[in-house]
Amino acid sequence: MTTDSKWGKETLRQMLLIRNFEETADKLTLRGKVPGGMHNSSGQEAVAVGVMSALDPKDVIATTHRSHHHTIAKGMPVNIVMAELFTKATGCSGGRGASMHLADVENGHFGGNGIVGAGVGIAMGAALGIKQMGHKKVAVGFVGDGGVNTGRTWEAVNMAVIYKLPLIIIVDNNQYAVETFVERVTGGNDIAKRGAGFGLPSFTIDGQDVEEVHKHTSEARNRALAGEGPTFINALTYRYYGHNVGEKGQYRTQEEIADWRSHRDPIDRFSAKLISEGALTQADYEAMINSVAKEIEEAVDFAEKSPLPDVSTILDGVDSGLLGARK
Amino acid sequence: MTSRLLTYKDAINEALRQEMQADSRVFLIGEDVAGGAGRDEFPGATDAWGGPFGVTKGLVTEFGRERVIDSLLAETGFVGACIGAAFAGLRPVAEIMYADFLGTSFDQILNHAAKLRFTYGGISSIPLVIRTVTGAGFRAASEHSQMLISIYSHVPGLKVIAPSNAFDAKGLLISAIRDPDPVIFMEHKRLYMRESMVPEAPYAIPIGKGDIKRIGNSITIVGVQKMVNTALDAANILEKEGIHAEVIDPRSYSPLDIELICESVEKTGFLLIVDESHPRCSIASDISSQVVDRAFASLKGPIKMLTGLHTPVPYSPPLEDFFIPSVNEVVRYCTSMIKGENIVNRY
Repeated sequence: MTTDSKWGKETLRQMLLIRNFEETADKLTLRGKVPGGMHNSSGQEAVAVGVMSALDPKDVIATTHRSHHHTIAKGMPVNIVMAELFTKATGCSGGRGASMHLADVENGHFGGNGIVGAGVGIAMGAALGIKQMGHKKVAVGFVGDGGVNTGRTWEAVNMAVIYKLPLIIIVDNNQYAVETFVERVTGGNDIAKRGAGFGLPSFTIDGQDVEEVHKHTSEARNRALAGEGPTFINALTYRYYGHNVGEKGQYRTQEEIADWRSHRDPIDRFSAKLISEGALTQADYEAMINSVAKEIEEAVDFAEKSPLPDVSTILDGVDSGLLGARK
Repeated sequence: MTSRLLTYKDAINEALRQEMQADSRVFLIGEDVAGGAGRDEFPGATDAWGGPFGVTKGLVTEFGRERVIDSLLAETGFVGACIGAAFAGLRPVAEIMYADFLGTSFDQILNHAAKLRFTYGGISSIPLVIRTVTGAGFRAASEHSQMLISIYSHVPGLKVIAPSNAFDAKGLLISAIRDPDPVIFMEHKRLYMRESMVPEAPYAIPIGKGDIKRIGNSITIVGVQKMVNTALDAANILEKEGIHAEVIDPRSYSPLDIELICESVEKTGFLLIVDESHPRCSIASDISSQVVDRAFASLKGPIKMLTGLHTPVPYSPPLEDFFIPSVNEVVRYCTSMIKGENIVNRY
């Protein structure tokens, strides 16, 4: 199927933006500019952009510890994301949460967090709220392949089914839970079949194909809006870097990583398709790469120049402060 | 007994190795404890990692996957399994990657591990150790930085240990593994690379015995885990000002060696408790109230607590650094207390 040129270019641009963001942030973390660590999503762009391009800006997402790609695809400006990684006061969470706690609740980003499998429950609750309030939108809960082995994920899936909630569960399945290979710890080794066991439409799809991710998410969204309840999508993808910055794992071969990078890279695949279809010229593509790089450079500059949070604010935001309860 | 410098991390590794050698019932289970359960056909996959801090590195090579089990991300499942395995006669040592993740298995710990001996008539043992990682200062955000010693010490039926150095870590972990009851063994992530002299042979430090890390007669400072080191650094500065601080490391928080603390307070008359945890309903407030109850007459001034703040641990470095009590703050508190000056609490 031929890709719509305008949609295709924007989709590609977003994937490039995420890739550049991640590779830049990774280097800055190694250099100590970004304090602590971060979870690089390079390789997983098509899942984030494929899902988000099928959503309405009003739709809600809740995500995981590895969420830069979801957050950028959801529309948070990269300078705000970068500033949060730098733990600056201008970051989306004021530097209090950093890489794992990107959120913008007002704009439908119900946040990432550092607890495995927690995002699906939060998204399921968002879907419950959407249904009760009669809104015409959906919620998307992201979980990793590690999270599909936690009980809480399946409690949430079951509730979404029995309450017929407008929820889409996306397994951003990069195949390694930290350093543990998914097949080694996943009984039955068919995550979509588990979903199907709860009585909802359940698919395993190619998470490196942004159009396939988009199509499945769109169909799921239509079912959800039609009151038909949740959908479960297991998107097979791959992360190119370690679980955390600087990790030099020996749990997978260099050949395996190289194979995914050279044969299944979501950006290479999609850009080649657009170019072969005439929707994009090589010159357009190079201009796009340069413009994205400039955008990330500006984001780094913004983050570097932003102030750190003032120590006097340390107690702000622990609670609503309505009772003055600060002790 | 031959001793050598060993890191806290390696001392824990050695305790695990020696107890596993000595007792075939001891096994480890936790996320990535084997070092990433990669595919067997990949070179290096059998012992790649040993957890995020490398604490269990090498153990799978010696003891095999049957006794060093890479669990999935399912704390409720594997902590629950450890209770059953302990009943069945094994000696499980579970690892929860960060103490914060204990939340996921809290029900298993709170309602089963802690209570079943009592509720089943006081006969059946649950010889279970749950090792986990505490502490702030690692730029790891609010769900990877908590102490939580207080929460577990609140629960009857659990023993809670939080060593401040490699020597104590080895001896106390050996005791924990040999203990017939469930033990929560807290390892501070900022202490892993710190060295001290550690004997090569196995040795056991009794659970529930505190330790005087520095003798003094001007003021008693009780440090909680890493704060023991902060207190010792402060004591060196105070010494130059003629203040001889006595530094106590409780080491075990349940049971707590309150007698040792009270004896010290009876000698010094002043007590400062330094804990990086939140201030309310905490191990620091518990020690304070017990000392008031037992040794009030010895006090020459109010007991003070220098703690973390009543806020989740913030990520941004200036905020996180402010959150953790500093050496300078300990010095300031001690000098003011001895002079009888009023100290405004920072929380």
